[in-house]
Amino acid sequence: MLVVDGIRRSFGDRLVLDDVGFTVERGRLTGFVGGNGAGKTTTMRIILGVLSADAGTVTLDGTRLGPDQRRLFGYMPEERGLYPKMKVAEQIAYLARLHGVDRTTATERAHALLERLGLGARADEPLENLSLGNQQRAQIAAALVHEPEVLVLDEPFSGLDPLAVDVVVGVLAEYAAGGAPVLFSSHQLDVVERLCDDLVIIADGRIRAAGPREQLRAAHSEPRWEIDSAGDVGWLRGVPGVEVLDFDGGWAVFTTADDAVAQGVLRRALDSAPVASFAPVRSTLAEIFREVVADRTPEEAVR
Amino acid sequence: MSTTHDVDARTGGAPTGTTAPARGPAEPGGRVPRPGHGERPPAPGTVRAALLVAEREVMAQVRSKSFLISTAVLLGAVLVSIVLGSVLGGRVDAERVAVVGSAASVVEDQEGLEPVEVADEAAAIALVESGEVSAAVLPADDDDAGAAVRIVALSENPSGLVMALAEQPEVELLEPPRADEAVRYLVSFGFGLVFLISATGFGSTIAQNTVQEKQSRVVELLLATVSARALLAGKILGNSVLAFTQTAAIAAVAVAALAVTGQDEVLGMVGAPLVWFVLFFLVGFVLLASIYAASASLVSRMEDVGTVLSPVMMLTMAPYFLVVFFNDNPTVLTIMSYVPFSAPVGMPVRLFLGEAAWWEPLVSLVVLGVTTVGVILLGATIYDRSLLRTGPRVRLREALGR
Repeated sequence: MLVVDGIRRSFGDRLVLDDVGFTVERGRLTGFVGGNGAGKTTTMRIILGVLSADAGTVTLDGTRLGPDQRRLFGYMPEERGLYPKMKVAEQIAYLARLHGVDRTTATERAHALLERLGLGARADEPLENLSLGNQQRAQIAAALVHEPEVLVLDEPFSGLDPLAVDVVVGVLAEYAAGGAPVLFSSHQLDVVERLCDDLVIIADGRIRAAGPREQLRAAHSEPRWEIDSAGDVGWLRGVPGVEVLDFDGGWAVFTTADDAVAQGVLRRALDSAPVASFAPVRSTLAEIFREVVADRTPEEAVR
Repeated sequence: MSTTHDVDARTGGAPTGTTAPARGPAEPGGRVPRPGHGERPPAPGTVRAALLVAEREVMAQVRSKSFLISTAVLLGAVLVSIVLGSVLGGRVDAERVAVVGSAASVVEDQEGLEPVEVADEAAAIALVESGEVSAAVLPADDDDAGAAVRIVALSENPSGLVMALAEQPEVELLEPPRADEAVRYLVSFGFGLVFLISATGFGSTIAQNTVQEKQSRVVELLLATVSARALLAGKILGNSVLAFTQTAAIAAVAVAALAVTGQDEVLGMVGAPLVWFVLFFLVGFVLLASIYAASASLVSRMEDVGTVLSPVMMLTMAPYFLVVFFNDNPTVLTIMSYVPFSAPVGMPVRLFLGEAAWWEPLVSLVVLGVTTVGVILLGATIYDRSLLRTGPRVRLREALGR
């Protein structure tokens, strides 16, 4: 597994990463979320050794990362970078060759990968002829062509249409299933929510929360229930210990500290009208994110 | 959306906390990467990586239309100027020479020579001094062993006359020897111009590629794989190969054109300096190339590249202007021929003018070589430290300090 520990980094007088530490488990897709300028890209660049840390370590299975380990990484930088005038397949193959793959294998792999990412027909065109979304696919191919054992991808989904997102998600899941640690950042919280197993939330250069997604959800959710019934549930407002958050005829969202009270609500609802659904409401990632990021004291964040 | 989350990472089980995305066909090569198990080609060393980078640089240039066109234009210009020179030179009237007494027989029936008989040596020399004849052919002094005649000319060696004579007589010049002003100017100008065009052309290519890689962030991808030094070495190597090939091609075209148009005489004078020029150019270009690359690595955007390149541009253009304005000033030329940045032009010009001793180009080449090694090391440090710094221009002090 990939362990980031105690990373500190300043640009001039500005401390951009302050004691950043988290773990990317093998076989797990780990989502890295944070606002603009929170430190995601800087952290990823430090993991790849593209930027040096002022303090702290990055280890893979206990070994400090050096050029030999980093060669096994697949990396997608935040600002997409490939040669605009070079043919797509050619530059993907070039990157594979820089990893020591021989020319024939590199070319075969580049074409196979582009085919899979839906760029087969454009493989022999210069990159600059491609649309932004397709350039993005080429960038993903560049990160994968040397069959990396660890993936670090900065915003891999930005600019992709939903079908392309699915293709990329498929590839990432496959890598994770093969036992690779996969770390990716994204602004698209719905994609992260759908895809990742673990979450790392960063704000102002500090890790605010990290851990399995469900655990975070549970920890950051006030116990809330949603009820959808055929009859009017206006009586909810009168139940002791219940606070109604949202209400619309037979539908309501309410919170209560006591499970037994919630069960009582359900029984009463069943007695008065057919109930279509009754379920606890989990916080969405966006809600957790807002809560965690707004919370300025990292001590209170769940680890 | 499933909410279970009980997969043990160590068993390598597929994550289930996802809306299982449609699994595509198997990984290319039919295997899902298994950390620590797949056989992996050994990582290329610095040299191999540099060669790969160099190969890409060369291929990118060779395939670009602008490069092919500019090379063709350059070669064409050299060819045309030499052929044109030959055609114009061929129309020169027969050389008039004054002859005295028995010396007349030597010049008689010689193609391209028009003898003007005069009474005595004093009259012949008067004609030479007035410029009416290019030289005077006089009977040899009694104490001149062997030669039948001696030749007196004003300020330039009457090579046409000398070549025409079967025997090589002693030539006495009334004024200190000077190479033909026009030829002198043209050859100096030629060396200077070829150096200027090739060095700025390929230097700018290196600078542009460096900034382009920085601007497009390819460099992050590259540096995650190969070292900055390998990248720099490959860039310099690739472009030096191109620049050297182009310069050698120009030299070859020049030699071939001179030979075909029968200008053996010029060829004889230019031949050796031309070989030295190509040799000096090779080292001198590597020197400039590392400065171009290091300078360009300081900025992140194409728009800023002009400012950082102006010092090295000046260094590249200096030899051209110096040689054009001072090609008749031996002191300036001597200094030029030892200063590493101008030696590639200065030394060949001095060799052409016959002003340099045999050991001088060797010493100058050593000076150039040592300087180049030093500058490469310095340039590599700057390149290494500023390649990943984006945003405003990196100050030289920042790149070298700490």
